[in-house]
Amino acid sequence: MLMALAFYLFAAVLTVAAVMVIAARNPVHSVLFLILAFFNAAGLFVLLGAEFLAMTLVIVYVGAVAVLFLFVVMMLDIDFTELREGFLNYAPIGGLIGGVLLIELVLFLGGMMVAPASSAPRASPVREGVSNTQALGEVIYTQYIFVFQAAGMILLIAMIGAIVLTLRERTGVRRQNVAAQVGRTRAQAVENVDIKPGAGI
Amino acid sequence: MIIGLGHYLTVAAIVFTIGVFGIFLNRKNVIIILMSIELILLAVNINLVAFSSFMGDLAGQVFALFILTVAAAEAAIGLAILVVYFRNRGSIAVEDINMMKG
Repeated sequence: MLMALAFYLFAAVLTVAAVMVIAARNPVHSVLFLILAFFNAAGLFVLLGAEFLAMTLVIVYVGAVAVLFLFVVMMLDIDFTELREGFLNYAPIGGLIGGVLLIELVLFLGGMMVAPASSAPRASPVREGVSNTQALGEVIYTQYIFVFQAAGMILLIAMIGAIVLTLRERTGVRRQNVAAQVGRTRAQAVENVDIKPGAGI
Repeated sequence: MIIGLGHYLTVAAIVFTIGVFGIFLNRKNVIIILMSIELILLAVNINLVAFSSFMGDLAGQVFALFILTVAAAEAAIGLAILVVYFRNRGSIAVEDINMMKG
């Protein structure tokens, strides 16, 4: 009973937050509603017994991706009211496609159940008495080690790509040249001037 | 009242549809489109975790983890492209992206 209550709470808040993400007037509010949606999805994951993934969702999405979105929204000087012109132009066609998609998905997925016979060909069965994090670790670092390393490579490429894309050489900026500073010799830095008495420089 | 697999799949279907609808609704605003894509990926993750949990198979959670990785990479690259585009053009309207006449 409590589980059902928690499920309906998380699901309802998740749905409302998702609607507000696409409908909010201010993109900053959209990002904040996205954070709310991710928190509630993490709650659903906890209900499903996937605690590790729930915590990963909170850390990765709320901690990194949503903050990245917030940075970009606040950094770019964009007139968002202009972007909202014609907001409802595509609502009918979008609503039509979305409605058809939703009806299809719910009809197809809503009544889905796990057949008892389907538990035989499981790729990596859950072991009893092992916590979710430990079980995931045991699977990721053995069965899926190459996929795991490929994921690390994707993150590295994404990091390098983002830096390469946004790095720019600014003109008119006086930057510190460490090599020139360190390579300076005494002859370059100090000069002896022979001054005649009473003449000044 | 038992919450079964169908309940979770229905929630995921609703979130997925909201994401698709968001792409139609915000045709001009790339930031909201990127957020809609995040919603769609979240719906896929809910599907994978629900199946994983109800079938007692950890593979679904492993792949949900990898989808999380790819989604984070995609958001980073997408936002970097957005920043560069804004620097060059001074706007982020999707309809202005027609220089290649594609």
